[in-house]
Amino acid sequence: MNKTLKYVIGRVLFIIPIMLILSFFVFVLTYLSPSDPVMLKYAHMGETPDAAVVAAEREALGLNDPLMVQYGRWLWKALHGDLGESYKSGKPVWNTMLERIPNTLKLTGATILLTIVLCVPLGVVSAVNQNRFIDYLIRFISFFGVSMPSFWVGFLLMLLFGVKLKILPVMGSGDFKHIILPSVTLAFWMISLYVRRVRGSMLEEMNKDYLNGGLARGLPKRQIIFRQILPNSLLSVITMFGMSIGGLMGGATIIETIFEWKGVGKMAVDAIAVKDFPVIQGYILWMAVIYVMINLIVDLLYRFLDPRIRLEGR
Amino acid sequence: MNYYVKKALHYPQFMLFFILAIILILIPILAPWLAPNDPIENDYENLMITSSAKYPLGTDQIGRCFLSRLIYGGRTSLLIVFIVIAISAFVGILLGVLAGYLGGKTDMFITRFTDIVMAVPQTVFVIALVSVLGASLGNTILAMSLVSWTEYCRVTRALVMSLKQNPYVEEGRMGGMSELKVILKLLLPNVFPYLLVNITQDIGAKLLTLSGLSLLGLASQPPTPEWGYMLSEGRQFMQAAPRLIVLPGMTIVLNVVVFNLLGDSLRDILDPRFTKKKTQRRQLKLWKEST
Repeated sequence: MNKTLKYVIGRVLFIIPIMLILSFFVFVLTYLSPSDPVMLKYAHMGETPDAAVVAAEREALGLNDPLMVQYGRWLWKALHGDLGESYKSGKPVWNTMLERIPNTLKLTGATILLTIVLCVPLGVVSAVNQNRFIDYLIRFISFFGVSMPSFWVGFLLMLLFGVKLKILPVMGSGDFKHIILPSVTLAFWMISLYVRRVRGSMLEEMNKDYLNGGLARGLPKRQIIFRQILPNSLLSVITMFGMSIGGLMGGATIIETIFEWKGVGKMAVDAIAVKDFPVIQGYILWMAVIYVMINLIVDLLYRFLDPRIRLEGR
Repeated sequence: MNYYVKKALHYPQFMLFFILAIILILIPILAPWLAPNDPIENDYENLMITSSAKYPLGTDQIGRCFLSRLIYGGRTSLLIVFIVIAISAFVGILLGVLAGYLGGKTDMFITRFTDIVMAVPQTVFVIALVSVLGASLGNTILAMSLVSWTEYCRVTRALVMSLKQNPYVEEGRMGGMSELKVILKLLLPNVFPYLLVNITQDIGAKLLTLSGLSLLGLASQPPTPEWGYMLSEGRQFMQAAPRLIVLPGMTIVLNVVVFNLLGDSLRDILDPRFTKKKTQRRQLKLWKEST
């Protein structure tokens, strides 16, 4: 128990250096960028300012201070929810993000839900029927699922359901109908990846000796599969799932762009096009926080779920 | 290595994908001889035609030969992917060997550093870095390499740590080999076959990442043909000419599929963990029969 507690504390504390390094990186990235923020700001307003005005404004913004002083000030503000103002719209970045974040969460949430609902049963069916027709079919489809660029799958779905069949809207964000295509696109990739992993770890688990105990006692096959094999094989899958959520977030950026889904990813891509650095900073920081937090939760969950570790030392 | 070559010749599946992969690599290299037309020349009299004798796969919205663009497109995509993999494999293997072989503080430092880099969401990092530094070939390669060496480092470290327990390493050292020689002559040759599997499987993964980046306009600069960017251009004409998005996508998928299958069959040959398959099958058969 003591050991577990020590691990939990160590693991939680480990996110502090990670977040410091990440935030420093985010800050330095824009610090090193070849464009000057004051000039960019005026460029977005369509004005060519006087050199003296620029110098004064640089001084006022503290852009002449040493790097670490600027970083400290920026971090302090960021911790208080002040991520600066967008060069383009002049609105605080944090407000824009608060508008966009729910949309992104809706999309990734729907994707994760679809993935969990579909990948476990398909993986189980595939593993239990190893080397039969249904197994080959599932493996064939999932192999292509992981070999196709997800945005291309999105294009094909758009072509089929939006352009040819005209039953689903191709772009935009709004009601329930709009979320179907982007979330199915993202989920297709996730499901393909995880059907293969669930199948693989099920097969590995099926080879272990402890199952002979159940078989010898004549337990029904169904009970052995769902009570023994499945829980044990899902343990390793959960850790991998946490790691993929980062990839899902990255993928969501591209999918949001092609489907014009008004999430944080679309916001960032729009900001990249016009070099709106405060917005880009806000986006990376948000992604990093989410990613680090999810990894923390998954690591702790794994500890808690695995009886070999949870019961250690009792 | 001779042993592996002999072994490979006995795996028809591997030979098939190996030859296919060579062909896929040769197509962009031999592009000037294979492509029917200049990939960046506009023919304003033949805009968006579906197919003709001169343009087998038609032309795009500004009258460029689509087949030639597909053939040339591999130059940018495969070149970036191979350079990124070369850099990240080199850095990863170097750090992995150091961590695994030296152990102690060096190991702890490198492992912690790897952990931190792995805590960064990769796609987001690459998008961010390229967008701030500006989209260019060099920046894309830099950004992708910076995040992808970690996997090689982790795998190499684990392999070296288990290999250095073998008596032959101790014998080599007692026989007067320097540390460097032990690493180069005894450890690396044994680590490399495993890593080759990782490297091959990485090609497909990197091609997919890259296609996403260039869709966002972060990898190649027009008018240079590149598959991901062609998709991004073709998307506006999806309704009028679906082939503009179907064909580049199929090209990417073909490349990814071939390199993934090559990686899988390479693993069957090189990784002894997977030659255990036969005993596994026997056990599974037992399990099926018993119920």
